[in-house]
Amino acid sequence: MRTFRLGGVHPEENKISTNAKIEVFPLPKQAVVFLSQHLGAPAVPVVAKGDSVKTGQLIAKAEAFVCANIHSPVTGTVNKIDSMKDIFGFSKTAIVIDVAETEEWVETVDTTPDIKRDITLSQKEIVDKIKEMGIVGLGGATFPTHIKYMIPEGKKAEYLLINAAECEPYLTSDHRVILDHTEEVLIGISILRKALGVPKAYIGIENNKPEPIARLQEMAKQFEGIEVVPLKVKYPQGAEKQLIYSITRRSVPSGKLPIDVGCVVNNIGTAFSVYEAVQKNKPLIETIMTVTGKSLGQQQHNYVVRIGTPFSDLANAIGGIPENTCKIISGGTMMGKAIVNPDGPITKGVSSMLFISEKEAYRHEEQDCIRCGKCVKACPMGLEPYLFSSLINNGKYKEAADNHLMDCMECGCCLFSCPAHKPLTDEIRLAKTKLRQMQQKK
Amino acid sequence: MSNFIVSAIVILGAVGLIFAVVLYFVAQKFKVIEDPKIDEIAEVLPGANCGGCGKAGCRALAEAFVKQGDMEGLRCPAGGDAVAEKVAAILGIEASKAEPQVAVIRCAAGCAKNPPKSSFQGMKSCAFANSVYVGTNGCAYGCLGLGDCYNVCQFGAIALDPETGYPTIDEEKCVGCGACAKACPRMVIELRNKGPKNRRMYVSCVNKEKGAAAKKTCTNACIGCGKCAKTCPFEAITVENNVAYIDYTKCKLCRKCESECPTGAIVSVNFPPRKPAAEAPAKSAEQPAPAAAPKQDESTVINNENTTNNA
Amino acid sequence: MKLLNVSGSPHVHSGESVKRIMWDVNIALIPMLLTAILFFGFDALFVCLVSVVSCILFQWLIEKFLLKTPTSISDGSAIVTGLLLAFNLPSNLPLWIVIIGALVAIGIGKMSFGGLGKNPFNPALVGRVFLLISFPVQMTTWPTPKGICNIFAGSTPDAVIGATPLAAFKEAVKSGATNFDLPSFADAFLGHMGGSLGEISALAIIIGGIYLLCRRVISWHIPVSFIGTAFVFGAILWLVNPQMYMDPVHVILSGGIMLGAVFMATDMVTSPMSKWGQVVFGIGCGLLTIIIRNWGSYPEGVSFAILLMNACVPLINKGFKPKRFAK
Repeated sequence: MRTFRLGGVHPEENKISTNAKIEVFPLPKQAVVFLSQHLGAPAVPVVAKGDSVKTGQLIAKAEAFVCANIHSPVTGTVNKIDSMKDIFGFSKTAIVIDVAETEEWVETVDTTPDIKRDITLSQKEIVDKIKEMGIVGLGGATFPTHIKYMIPEGKKAEYLLINAAECEPYLTSDHRVILDHTEEVLIGISILRKALGVPKAYIGIENNKPEPIARLQEMAKQFEGIEVVPLKVKYPQGAEKQLIYSITRRSVPSGKLPIDVGCVVNNIGTAFSVYEAVQKNKPLIETIMTVTGKSLGQQQHNYVVRIGTPFSDLANAIGGIPENTCKIISGGTMMGKAIVNPDGPITKGVSSMLFISEKEAYRHEEQDCIRCGKCVKACPMGLEPYLFSSLINNGKYKEAADNHLMDCMECGCCLFSCPAHKPLTDEIRLAKTKLRQMQQKK
Repeated sequence: MSNFIVSAIVILGAVGLIFAVVLYFVAQKFKVIEDPKIDEIAEVLPGANCGGCGKAGCRALAEAFVKQGDMEGLRCPAGGDAVAEKVAAILGIEASKAEPQVAVIRCAAGCAKNPPKSSFQGMKSCAFANSVYVGTNGCAYGCLGLGDCYNVCQFGAIALDPETGYPTIDEEKCVGCGACAKACPRMVIELRNKGPKNRRMYVSCVNKEKGAAAKKTCTNACIGCGKCAKTCPFEAITVENNVAYIDYTKCKLCRKCESECPTGAIVSVNFPPRKPAAEAPAKSAEQPAPAAAPKQDESTVINNENTTNNA
Repeated sequence: MKLLNVSGSPHVHSGESVKRIMWDVNIALIPMLLTAILFFGFDALFVCLVSVVSCILFQWLIEKFLLKTPTSISDGSAIVTGLLLAFNLPSNLPLWIVIIGALVAIGIGKMSFGGLGKNPFNPALVGRVFLLISFPVQMTTWPTPKGICNIFAGSTPDAVIGATPLAAFKEAVKSGATNFDLPSFADAFLGHMGGSLGEISALAIIIGGIYLLCRRVISWHIPVSFIGTAFVFGAILWLVNPQMYMDPVHVILSGGIMLGAVFMATDMVTSPMSKWGQVVFGIGCGLLTIIIRNWGSYPEGVSFAILLMNACVPLINKGFKPKRFAK
């Protein structure tokens, strides 16, 4: 079984919502669409207050290089363009759309359920289409996808890697996409392979998903150059550098990008939205979300939700936030973010709403480090979190950087395995922010 | 036996002598010639290495003084005028005077009117919490209450409320070095002139949200209505980004704005009570001498807090 | 509903805790306690009890009255120190000496550095070495272990004073004898020989060590490199001159090498972080042990070797970094 070499942990998998088919979630009353839903500069609105918009219509345009178009997820009128609170409570500029009663799609979008198999567009047209439809990486980082396909000069892509590892506990949206939309996903991968001009695409998938693996392997026979690679169940198998190593045995050096070793990595959810964008002309206005939690009992769901829908709508749909909820998390339990404002809207790249009870989420009192070295053993980048901790607490950020602090990807393995419950990942994240600020000042 | 003792003494003595000679020559060879003034100045500086002067520490400031030869642009905010005079005397120049300053926390989030809306676990650092979420009280601009300012204060001038974690500044101990203002990730703390008789007025809010939203976040928020700016006879108040700001160089402490403010975001410190039925205990306000009796430290803090809450 | 909680990721924890690790070590020490009682009678139990109780007491007193911090006794680390100290003492040691050892182990070895996690030296070894230097006579007279049957027969424990195989061997070499009276391999493995409470039975130590390995409290690096180095170095010397040096199997079975390698050198606080660092640490311990045993004035060198290598840990940590990704 292929896997990465250093570190890694095995948190409880808790994939309890795997059997819930993807359901279409009803439209919200009001959609709040942030101008910044991706890594990079915010998009610039092209509609004004009072304009009526159709579903799929461009409402904010990407002006900067690292930026993505934003389309209206609903039909209705623009109520205001104002600062709204996101799920963390921070104010960001958003286009607020009052949803009309009847939904009207932009004419170009193919809303039929038929599967379109022929890839007619050329390499360049595909990349332009991906850009136009505002596709961003759905693995969590929300990096605009088209930029990955604009290969810088002097570099050559050799492999396309599709990340279906879904190594995070609880999350099942990728699992369900593969099962419910197997063919679309594979067509999407073929499109990406054509856009990249590489002969071979690998789908990396953790071995705890036997059903999707079987389905993919069965269907992939009909497609050229797609290979399914089952991977060992180990967190963080889905991290970019670890996935590249697991599949190709190539190591992305510190500070370099996957393309430096000839690889392009995309999430399987992205492949699905690329299929919809290229074959169906449908922009990225929906996201597939897992709504799960041990306290929800039978209410485990996988929804396809319009962007701009408040998280609280999802909570209401499953009968309100359960009584013993201590944390609501957007994303998985290892790298997801805790929500304070459930009224905030869903944005591109959101993959789940988890309800975690106090028993699971409680952080114990911090104790002195006993230098057990479990953090060193767990670190998939081969770093020394215990050392960072003492350096950071003494304000020695530069020395921490000399010990390769910036290689850390904040996967959380160190804090997960620390018996003294030291907030190692917190400290490292703070130091990374401080170091970036220091660099900017220079 | 005596032979043994004599030989021991002789050998040890000889070894000692040889080392002494070697050490003497080595010390001469590697002697660092340093202006003795540096030591003298470093001696009169507070020695807290707070970094308020912008240098790495007190000795670095002393070196800068001596290198520059005058006090232009260099100042020990912690030591104030008293230290400045001593340094000037060592340098043989005239000391320049500066208004003493004090740190002011422009947020009233610790008050009972604004109960916590979420709880926080993890690294006790405001800078970190600021990167994760908005803060327990739901305000994206206000104090986070995890004590970054408390940790950097070298003078014990900041106390944290044991329940809420929000800081209060002991103005007797605060020397105005500004370390806390630099440490605060949300720039809630500002250095302001101490003011005549220690009396100051400031807007105790930095929330840039629009009126209604700000009010929803915190009952004590400045809603940017601009009433205070209109009232101010000295044009000391400006409203920018939905927050009023009182320019302490222009403010004449007339207190007209305070009664205009609809949310009570404007705070006055160390003023005598307005009406006979005083809401705030005015112990220190009645005798606002800066050289306070030892007991006064506490009462000042209490007074400061109460003014904030009752304003 | 309760207030929503916020923290940085990750939001789940493996469930590991300092307490669990310490109790795991305590559990792993039980087989040795049992063998000690079997071979040395209830004297051994008294030494252990006094040592553990006084370690806990001293830690509590120091935390309560000197440091004025909340007590941390429940984490079980004082019990570990107490047991390990007792395992390094002869069973007939006067109990007041045990109490002094506990005071030194906890007071100087651990709390003076700031408590668990901050001590550079293994506290139990600090206590033992202090006693070894201060009370050399009491610390180096061992009762010969009784047969297992004797205990059940209830015969009075006539303290037969004997030397450990190591001391006997050293004496024999000094006096020029060529005929060494070493215990049989089976006796040495099961523990039927003179020595400190915990070090006699290799079998009990191995059982405890396997438990710790399974619970991932220790890794194989230090024990294997320590014992391996001692074995290889001992074998080389033995091949060079079997008249002067002990055979390698007895080298690792007698004295404290097994106990030291599995329980003392692997102490998390005082051992290196990275795998290669741990291997270097183990090799250093092994070399120093053999050197001290053969050319030092003490017959046994495990405690000194581990303490010396403890001092090198910060350097080892600097020099032997874990292997980084893509490097």
